[in-house]
Amino acid sequence: MTAYEKVMAARDAKKLTAVDYIARMFSDSFIELHGDRRFADDKAIVAGLAMLYDMPLTIIGIEKGRNTKERVERNFGQAQPEGYRKALRLMKQAEKFHRPVLCLVDTSGAYPGIGAEERGQGQAIAENLMEMMTLKTPVLTILIGEGGSGGALALAVSDEVWMMENSVYSVISPEGCASILWKDSSKAPQAAEALKMTAQDLFDLGVVERIIRQPKAEDAAMFESLKMLICRTLEKNLALPTDRLTEQRYARFRKIGTAHLTQ
Amino acid sequence: MDLFSFVKPKNELETTTDAKQNVPFVPDEMWTKCPKCNTMLLTTDLEENFNVCTHCDHHFRISTKQRIDILADSDSFVERDSELSGGNILDFPGYDQKLEKARESGKESVVCGECLIGGIKTVLCVMNAGFMMGSMGTVTGEKITRAFEYATENSLPVVACTVSGGARMQEGILSLMQMAKTSGAVKRHSDAGLLYITVLTDPTTGGVTASFAMEGDIILAEPNTLVAFAGPRVIEQTMRQKLPKDFQTSEFVLQKGFIDAVVSRDKLKATITRLLKIHGYKENKEAAQ
Ligand SMILES: [Zn+2]
Repeated sequence: MTAYEKVMAARDAKKLTAVDYIARMFSDSFIELHGDRRFADDKAIVAGLAMLYDMPLTIIGIEKGRNTKERVERNFGQAQPEGYRKALRLMKQAEKFHRPVLCLVDTSGAYPGIGAEERGQGQAIAENLMEMMTLKTPVLTILIGEGGSGGALALAVSDEVWMMENSVYSVISPEGCASILWKDSSKAPQAAEALKMTAQDLFDLGVVERIIRQPKAEDAAMFESLKMLICRTLEKNLALPTDRLTEQRYARFRKIGTAHLTQ
Repeated sequence: MDLFSFVKPKNELETTTDAKQNVPFVPDEMWTKCPKCNTMLLTTDLEENFNVCTHCDHHFRISTKQRIDILADSDSFVERDSELSGGNILDFPGYDQKLEKARESGKESVVCGECLIGGIKTVLCVMNAGFMMGSMGTVTGEKITRAFEYATENSLPVVACTVSGGARMQEGILSLMQMAKTSGAVKRHSDAGLLYITVLTDPTTGGVTASFAMEGDIILAEPNTLVAFAGPRVIEQTMRQKLPKDFQTSEFVLQKGFIDAVVSRDKLKATITRLLKIHGYKENKEAAQ
């Protein structure tokens, strides 16, 4: 597949969304929690608690919706500031009870609307970046579709970041990049190549730790092995002293891209 | 200078666009037209007034050097990591040429260093609008991160003046990662109990707004500064919504509760000095080295 075909696959309306992953991995144990306690409950963020085998877990996902009605309700997976604040509230709660956090990211980006700006979209994302960096509990992020810029990063300042093989992660959409740089959004395929936004690109750049084979909806065994992989990773990080954990997280982001710098 | 004292502020020449015709003997380069009110201003007057229009208070965009001259005590600024560079890491088409052109206005989109502000040793980061519209690339993020790490190690406060169009597309995901890296460095500085003041200048948008610009203990902004995550054009295009009057100006963002104060340029240094003193930072007897 070309980079742009991967972008299309990541946006495919038929692919699994965050609630699908939650249902298949945690069906009976998931309890959804709502609201940021400040303004509203943002339905673009689906969050709650579940048991991962015998490990309590906080799950935070960005949900695009699986049909037109759901997509409208979920604002097409474009979170508002209250969505990021709801996510942060539940991360701080997870820290309090020292349970790990799993984030499932699938968004074209944070919502660019008047209300979102008025309620501090930039501030909400910035606060998540700051607080996640020192969150005293393990955090794992999996990109399951689109990873759109700051709106995705706000749930991805984690100990490890994994990508589904057909997911993408980028600072800007290829269409946006092509129209700004080349005044021609039809050059999106070239932009997708240039931006290096596929899972393999990001693995090569040291931005993600793992590429995960895309599980099929009906393949229970694949979800089971994904669950086991998540569990092993979180257990390993849960065993670390929290200052070591946050030190490693800082070092993880600290080193990205620095190999190319010259003094 | 004295020759032109008869065209000082508040005379009729300032209010008309044909001001030049009334004083034909003044050469062109001595005049600067205010982009907001169209008044022709004597360049020397403008410079003396912190590059703020004497007629309408428009704050002109200024260079990093002018910004440092306004904030730092004279000759106290010592730049750090000035030679840090990264190049075209992703081999992005056209980026090498863009970088080369941008380097006419400075080495990168931020200048970081140590200086005295009102005699108080402070780490100062000043973004450079001339360099690819202050976009945040790997070098930008690294310089800011190092500045915060240095400040943390040496228990120094940080003042950061932001001006940015946002992420640097030509560095793809590595540009995005700078938001996480700088935020981490800000958090560590904050956890060490040290003061961080941001000064938002026009425009502060995108990935810079969604990271270190909004993370100050105290956030100041110059008047009529665009402060946005998604810029007004993005919102108009994607949402087809008409924007409220003065939307995303510093005054608007102040009213919405996201910044502490709007401070005009001539009062910035005094305000920052007072804030540093309130936080217990003392005047340095020896010069910053
Ligand atoms: Zn003016």
